[in-house]
Amino acid sequence: MKYLEAIGKYFIMIWEVFKKPTKWRIMKTLILKEVDELVFGAMGIIIFISFFIGGVVTIQTALNLTNPLLPKSLIGFAARQSVILEFAPTFTSIIMAGKVGSYITSSIGTMRVTEQIDALEVMGINSLNYLVFPKIVAIMLYPFAVAISMFVGILGGWVAAVFGGFAPSGDFIQGLQMDFNSYHVTYALIKSVVFAFVIATVPSFHGYYMRGGALEVGKASTTSFVWTSVVIIIVNYILTQLLLG
Amino acid sequence: MIEVDNIHKSFGDNHVLKGISTTFEKGKTNLVIGQSGSGKTVFLKCLLGLFEPDEGNICYNGQIYSELSTKQKRNLRQEMGMVFQGSALFDSMTVEGNVMFPLDMFTKQSQSEKQDRVDFVLKRVNLVDAHKRFPAEISGGMQKRVAIARAIVMNPKYLFCDEPNSGLDPKTAILIDNLIHEITQEYDITTIINTHDMNSVMEIGEKIIFLKNGLKEWEGTNKEIFKTDNQAVTDFVYSSELFKKVRQMYIEERN
Repeated sequence: MKYLEAIGKYFIMIWEVFKKPTKWRIMKTLILKEVDELVFGAMGIIIFISFFIGGVVTIQTALNLTNPLLPKSLIGFAARQSVILEFAPTFTSIIMAGKVGSYITSSIGTMRVTEQIDALEVMGINSLNYLVFPKIVAIMLYPFAVAISMFVGILGGWVAAVFGGFAPSGDFIQGLQMDFNSYHVTYALIKSVVFAFVIATVPSFHGYYMRGGALEVGKASTTSFVWTSVVIIIVNYILTQLLLG
Repeated sequence: MIEVDNIHKSFGDNHVLKGISTTFEKGKTNLVIGQSGSGKTVFLKCLLGLFEPDEGNICYNGQIYSELSTKQKRNLRQEMGMVFQGSALFDSMTVEGNVMFPLDMFTKQSQSEKQDRVDFVLKRVNLVDAHKRFPAEISGGMQKRVAIARAIVMNPKYLFCDEPNSGLDPKTAILIDNLIHEITQEYDITTIINTHDMNSVMEIGEKIIFLKNGLKEWEGTNKEIFKTDNQAVTDFVYSSELFKKVRQMYIEERN
């Protein structure tokens, strides 16, 4: 019952976010600030993780392809499929849920605790629109981050394969081009748009409706990370069934 | 003027406000006092429109709040200024940014007009050299001044303060009280202050309402409160040794 109530409250919050918009002149500044915080600010960790995940996937694939009849190009093929279909959109989103999600929850939660949200409401400002809408818009650039993650992940795989001596560069690149289906990239980008929406809204929900003091802000950040991850995993399953099933 | 007519507010089984009626006049500093848990903050939040009363009406210059359209409520909110207990300044903005925020949101003034207005109100609250500093870089008393400046920058008709001098030393607390009182008279604002502070009651309480367990137990002025025979009020007012002695002296003088 408690969970149903929370789900209902979440959708009411989403509705409120799009009502009574803040002046565009102000909103524009807020969106640019959030793009910097939420997207550009996370690029470093995304690139770092993608590179090494791509490398690890390649090494593990190579070590499992022990049959000499299997061509080395399969290593590139497996790395590409794993990175594009799952690691870049989903794994990166889980990392983002930790980095960006906890930032969103703690910043909004702190505003709640210190009555800054009440101050906005008293002034007649739609605090949900003011606080959450710019985050939703900014994080819609997240698919670009996922595209970069795909590229860097595959690059990491190539470096691991070639410099680790698992596959020659030519074979790896041949594997990357083998049976390429551009719809898989589209599928990954569609997923990342939905995940981006989840990453912006679920932590906002936990921050906005939190009660208590500084300790509860920390607890809300942890809870928001758990729930954002859970929602991403569930949505991932549903979207995969709908788009690839 | 704000007229409050029999307002009730409950949270689940907890009946916090049990039918409060009163009037707050224009140009006067009205104080709401009472022990913690007496319903002061809920009462103030009902006046601000942050909580909707379950029963009863609140009229602002004859307009019943619950009967206003969303747009009218929004417009009315822009006529209210609020000083929160913890100041509630936006910590990512400078002092100047905080004070300019309502002007940015609700006016079409040019940057120089807004800047002039910000300079004026900051000067009015005696803050002249803190424009570019962040709230975390200034003292509690200065934060309260910024909060007052932000509350009055739009020329509000109503000013609400929730324990404006809590956490301040007695001298700064008196300065803040006097500043609010002066601004109230200067701009002819209806000011309502929630407080525990008996110094505020003595200094600026032109009208005082005493709440107890969600009911209005007593109302009067700062002169009347020290003479009242209402037991609940005297228990609250004379809870400190200093005030007990003052009352004893008063009774002795009277006899």
